[in-house]
Amino acid sequence: MQNVAQVMDFNSIEEQPALKKRGRIQIDNVSLVFGTGKQANIAVQETSLDIEPGEFVCILGPSGCGKSTLLNSVAGYVTPTTGEVLVDGEPVVEPGPDRGMVFQQYSLLPWKTTFDNIALGPSLCGDVEATRTAEYFLDMVGLTKYRNHYPAELSGGMQQRVGIARALATNPSVLLMDEPFGALDAQTRLVMQESLLEVWSEFGTTVLFVTHDVDESVFLADRIIVMSASPGKVVAEFDNPLPRPRSPDMSTRKDYIEIKQKCLEVIRSESLRAFELQNA
Amino acid sequence: MFTQWLKRDNNQRFAISLGSVATMFGAWVFVTETGLANPLFLPGPKAIYLAFIDCLFEGYQGSTLVEHVGTSLYRILAAFLLACLVGIPLGIAMGMSKTAHAIFNPFIEFYRPLPPLGLYTLLVMWLGIGESSKLALLFLAGLPGIIIATVQAVKDINPTFVLATKSLGASRMELIREVYLPGAGPTILTGMRISLGFVYTVLVAAEIVAATAGIGWMIWDAAKFLLSDIVIMGLIILGLTGIALDMIMRFIGYALMPWTRATRKFSKT
Ligand SMILES: Nc1ncnc2c1ncn2[C@@H]1O[C@H](COP(=O)(O)OP(=O)(O)O)[C@@H](O)[C@H]1O
Ligand SMILES: [Mg+2]
Repeated sequence: MQNVAQVMDFNSIEEQPALKKRGRIQIDNVSLVFGTGKQANIAVQETSLDIEPGEFVCILGPSGCGKSTLLNSVAGYVTPTTGEVLVDGEPVVEPGPDRGMVFQQYSLLPWKTTFDNIALGPSLCGDVEATRTAEYFLDMVGLTKYRNHYPAELSGGMQQRVGIARALATNPSVLLMDEPFGALDAQTRLVMQESLLEVWSEFGTTVLFVTHDVDESVFLADRIIVMSASPGKVVAEFDNPLPRPRSPDMSTRKDYIEIKQKCLEVIRSESLRAFELQNA
Repeated sequence: MFTQWLKRDNNQRFAISLGSVATMFGAWVFVTETGLANPLFLPGPKAIYLAFIDCLFEGYQGSTLVEHVGTSLYRILAAFLLACLVGIPLGIAMGMSKTAHAIFNPFIEFYRPLPPLGLYTLLVMWLGIGESSKLALLFLAGLPGIIIATVQAVKDINPTFVLATKSLGASRMELIREVYLPGAGPTILTGMRISLGFVYTVLVAAEIVAATAGIGWMIWDAAKFLLSDIVIMGLIILGLTGIALDMIMRFIGYALMPWTRATRKFSKT
């Protein structure tokens, strides 16, 4: 594990920090089956994905299509039934600080303050400058004023900011995000998406972002992977032509509307198929 | 901080409690002063007070009241602390590992409902009539409550906390320190408070054999001579020490677990 404080230039916090680890994610023919026999539920079926270092990829799909399960296999929370996941060429066998995870909600430790939640990762990783590292990320997500607050005292948006800071503080090579803004109200969600891109433009970490919101995926991603359910698998893949830096007013651009249309079409036809399957 | 903790209790509720206690006391004074109650079985407050003063300065059967109370409190606290030292780690292990649960649970479930006196008979045969059998009985009375509460508390911890902390690089021991122990803390404290009550309930049983001091023994001995004033005085003192110890535990919990005092400042989203 590389030492965050050593790579970061603290004298110029406003400048771009030197910290930039960009991992490659290879999902190789991964299937995930829950249960056995008659109860067997194929959550993910024979899926392969290659995510380039520094890429921002969104996995888009309806609820229950196996997005979280696939992401969890990268995090090391579940072991694929077949196939394997490689991060920077290393097979994933268990969770680790090289893969930062941001959950949908309620994942901050309620008994730790904002600051202590962020500092936990660095100190567990043996970062001798854990305090300074935490200080830096606290400042990055704009919560210096709330350093001594407990999670219960923060708004949902603030909690997710802490979640992002916490995940980045171990200097991971990939950032995994499971519908991190899904529980927020629409206005907060938009603000959070913008802040995430701002942070990402500084860090350039590889991001694998799960969402069921088409607009969110178009606004954030370089590449959009569309999944469908029963069994969960990838049904389409789109490169996002929308230029960076992104801004909310881009949603009226022609290329934005086009790619959004493409995503919606796939989702619609897949939903119809699933509907027919259920009523067959 | 202590005064802050005291103030946190609702003043109105405190007034109600005070009122109900005062009413009970009033009823006691009434039935004893008017002669409605036989003083042999229910002496009045004054008789109790005199017994208290007498035991305090003259002692009871060779030991002063302070010695009786001190001896019993020592036994209760030593056994209870030991029960915590064993019960909390064991409960955490049993909550985290189904195997550990399967190994230890049968024994705990088996001895838990046994009557303390029956258990004590065996303990005396094994450990002799001295101090160790007494401590062992008190310890065994306190243990299951702590274990059961700790196991449940560990099982109830949000699994996301565990995953998130593993992703930050925590080892198994670090998970216990950072997640399981603090996460289970509030419920463990409740289990400890209930368990201390169980320890108290077997105190008299533990002190009836070969004791010469102890508040439980004093009550038992006084009952043989129908000294109901001493019996009631002993029970009141026992009850008051119980309340005091419970308050101390709640305060320690309040001081050690500041996050339980955190209040929402924003709406949920
Ligand atoms: N731990 C589990 N045990 C059994 N089934 C599960 C488990 N986790 C997910 N599943 C099943 O796998 C499928 C995909 O779930 P999930 O990955 O959570 O979907 P999504 O995140 O896209 O909503 C669902 O049918 C769900 O019921
Ligand atoms: Mg999900």
